[in-house]
Amino acid sequence: MNANPSGWRPSTPEAVTLDGEGAPTSTGNRALMLEEGLIFEIGSLNNCGVDLPTPSAETSTRLGGMSRSTPPALPGLSEPEMVRHYTRLSRQNYAIDLGLFPLGSCTMKHNPRLNEKVARMAGFADLHPLQPMNSIQGALGVIDELAHWLVTLTGMHSVAMSPKAGAHGELCGVLCIRAALEARGDPREVMLVPSSAHGTNPATAAFAGYKVEAIPAGDDGRIDFAALKARLGPDVAGLMITNPNTCGLFERDMIAICEAVHAAGGYVYCDGANFNAIVGRVRPGDLGIDAMHINLHKTFSTPHGGGGPGSGPVVLSEALAPYAPLPYVTKAADGSFELVEEGDEGAGESFGRMAAFHGQMGMFTRALAYILSHGADGLAQVSGDAVLNANYVLRALEDVMEAPFAHAGPCMHEALFSDEGFAKGFSTLDVAKALIDEGFHPMTVYFPLVVHGAMLIEPTECESKAALDEFIGALRGIVERARAGDEALHLAPLYAPRARLDETAAARKPKLVWSD
Amino acid sequence: MRYLPLTPADRGDMLSAIGASSIEALFADVPSAALLDGPIESLPGHASEMAVERHMARLAGQNTAAGEAPFFLGAGAYRHHVPASVDHLIQRGEFLTAYTPYQPEIAQGTLQMLFEFQTQVARLYGCDIANASMYDGSTAAWEAVAMARRITKRGKALLSPGLHPHYAGNIKTMAKFTGDQIVYDAPSLSADAGEDALIAQIDGETSCVMVQYPDILGRLPDLAKIAEAAHAQGALLVAVVTEPVALGAIRSPGELGADIVVGEGQSIGVGLQFGGPYLGLFACRSEHVRHMPGRLCGETVDASGKRGFVLTLSTREQHIRREKATSNICTNSGLCALAFSIHMTLLGGTGLAALAAENHRLACLAADKLAELPGVSVLNDSFFNEFCLVLPTDARALVRDLALDGVLAGVSLGRLYPGEEGLANGLLVAVTETTSEDDIDALVTAIREKLA
Repeated sequence: MNANPSGWRPSTPEAVTLDGEGAPTSTGNRALMLEEGLIFEIGSLNNCGVDLPTPSAETSTRLGGMSRSTPPALPGLSEPEMVRHYTRLSRQNYAIDLGLFPLGSCTMKHNPRLNEKVARMAGFADLHPLQPMNSIQGALGVIDELAHWLVTLTGMHSVAMSPKAGAHGELCGVLCIRAALEARGDPREVMLVPSSAHGTNPATAAFAGYKVEAIPAGDDGRIDFAALKARLGPDVAGLMITNPNTCGLFERDMIAICEAVHAAGGYVYCDGANFNAIVGRVRPGDLGIDAMHINLHKTFSTPHGGGGPGSGPVVLSEALAPYAPLPYVTKAADGSFELVEEGDEGAGESFGRMAAFHGQMGMFTRALAYILSHGADGLAQVSGDAVLNANYVLRALEDVMEAPFAHAGPCMHEALFSDEGFAKGFSTLDVAKALIDEGFHPMTVYFPLVVHGAMLIEPTECESKAALDEFIGALRGIVERARAGDEALHLAPLYAPRARLDETAAARKPKLVWSD
Repeated sequence: MRYLPLTPADRGDMLSAIGASSIEALFADVPSAALLDGPIESLPGHASEMAVERHMARLAGQNTAAGEAPFFLGAGAYRHHVPASVDHLIQRGEFLTAYTPYQPEIAQGTLQMLFEFQTQVARLYGCDIANASMYDGSTAAWEAVAMARRITKRGKALLSPGLHPHYAGNIKTMAKFTGDQIVYDAPSLSADAGEDALIAQIDGETSCVMVQYPDILGRLPDLAKIAEAAHAQGALLVAVVTEPVALGAIRSPGELGADIVVGEGQSIGVGLQFGGPYLGLFACRSEHVRHMPGRLCGETVDASGKRGFVLTLSTREQHIRREKATSNICTNSGLCALAFSIHMTLLGGTGLAALAAENHRLACLAADKLAELPGVSVLNDSFFNEFCLVLPTDARALVRDLALDGVLAGVSLGRLYPGEEGLANGLLVAVTETTSEDDIDALVTAIREKLA
């Protein structure tokens, strides 16, 4: 064999021992892990990555004396610099596309790329919300078709499509309740919320003008039904209850709870954040609820996008339906669709508008593509697999981690653990940060508030058995290290782009914008 | 099913490991009366990727996309060119499929982007600080009213007639439940942006004056004058910007004295999307930071002294404060904020100014040509890229007819203000860099023919 004239030879590397962080590099980079400055540091005020006509100096303007003399102080980058900046930033994020992301109650399931493609079809993406009805029949058709699925899957009377996220949906439902009570001349003052509820529930009820009273959880992690019954009365507007609840348990008494609230003249709002556990198997309408929001970004897999956008349609009972917000879609006898807006016939009892335009269309197209892909049979398999995966995790860890409600039977789509009796000197936070080093996103921590040091694990149906086994193995390993008193756990994560960040300092003297 | 990794054998193994006889047995806590015994029969079964795509394409084909027609709609949603690189980058899985950055060590990409976004918004608006985004402009506008109440401890908000009627509608809805008093009337067809009439209504009970800039009819109110009058009464000026591209050409609201500036960010990076998801922008003076709604990203250091970013001041928020939170908002509009930030980074200040100049040039051209039509006049003395035409006929019917002829002519005031007969002949016409001179000629011809 001829030698390569450049001097190249196939080589075998010397054995190396990696020790902690290894040697420093002069750039601060670590091979594929690249440090990246802020656009204000790397960009320039005169740089631009878009080719635009040069403004003519002589052009007269009709800006009524409001013309600005200098452009806004915003840095620009050429396209290649910009692509590199955001690509480098992206690599500092964990994501479902990278691995298991078991955030309880947040439902991080796979985001099918078909849905992205569909949402970008020009007939949806390049449509103005105020085009005349004769030019948007297909878009209204999407809303109508998705609405039909949501109403049928939940066994409810109708659905308000415009709320922009889960908390916005909660507000929609609670405002419907308040409007209904006022319409019957019986305004009430109190909204009951279980102590295990998401923080958005009491915040929403308070916003809508209600006094919030907490109902405690019983020993089995479910709402204390006796305490609830004792509190019901003519001043109670309703109950906001999450089912399955935030401990990952189905509220066994749900039918009786709804009956009791109704008998006392109130309404039941169900937080539908966990609808993914029962979709296709249980219709919340059969349990007796009056309103429930559906997080399309949870149950129906529209992407979370690093914190939104969400979408929170609200299904409503017949009693609440007349008060739903504007606008909404109706179907005429000839099959054509119309939007009912302010001033139109049928807008009468609506409590009004909650946002400009008609809702999160970009999420509707994605959710509909997801729903059609699964179909009624597939959605039942989705909830079944989600519940199976969670129970598998629960039973695989309950011997080494405290599972406060495991004795009470199977969990639903998420498994709850606490740090009660955990290795002395180590906390839930240490477990979470150690999981980062093992290559997983941590579970939800310190929520729900009803157990100490909560760790809420929601694997979703999108994980294989092999992925779950690897996760379970990592978690058992962390527990062993804690029991052995491995102090290095307090330093985790060691291999993430950043070590633990100082949140106290950030809040004490907030620096919210860049300055040089 | 292509999205489900478990095989029947896996399911069997896992059921034996947990000691359950079937998946159904795991639903034992559901009352039997409510447990379905099979798939819902009235709904179809699963479908292939190809079949779903075909179905959705058929629905998409039943719409007239903006790009298929001469297109002149605005009124709070604007069609701008979004560079291809923006959509490519927001589809990177590390952005698209990440969650809210609650674990900052592995979410620095999202957090640094939000910090950059906050700075961009603050500078664009001429304010000290901005938050990490809200649902959209209309919900941000309500949050500003609520924030002004918290700051001033007064309950009366004065909304300019030039405020987008959907924004006013949302604010009126929310106020019914919080007890805020809202003063608002529809605008009249006048070139005068109504500063003096608005100023006359400010009194010692007023928490804020909310003024859209440019306003719904495209006029440019004198914010500085209103700010001065509001401040003299101890009230705040809240400016609303529904077309952020305008700020490449006109002075920022913060510079003109606005205390809070909110608006819609959709024009930059996000696209029309039939009204959502959009991007609420929210900025204010730094002294009011603890009254702000929504998520905030702040700079800090990690345990090894490296700069890093975290969500901060969460003691304002619902997950900590529960019923005492400043707002019930949880989700923001993260991916749209990313699209905005990327597009704005490509433009930079000089690019934004050039983009704004091109919008204004084409809008002036369109206004001049349309004003020559018999019986048609342009209402505005001043405008940026949108103005109000006054027609000799009902504009809503005309828009409907022109759509059948393949011209998307604008937003009629009849659509925005149903029942306001004095406004029925008004047509809002928006012109952006995506509008060609041929499009303008097509609109002029189409209106001329309909009016003949």
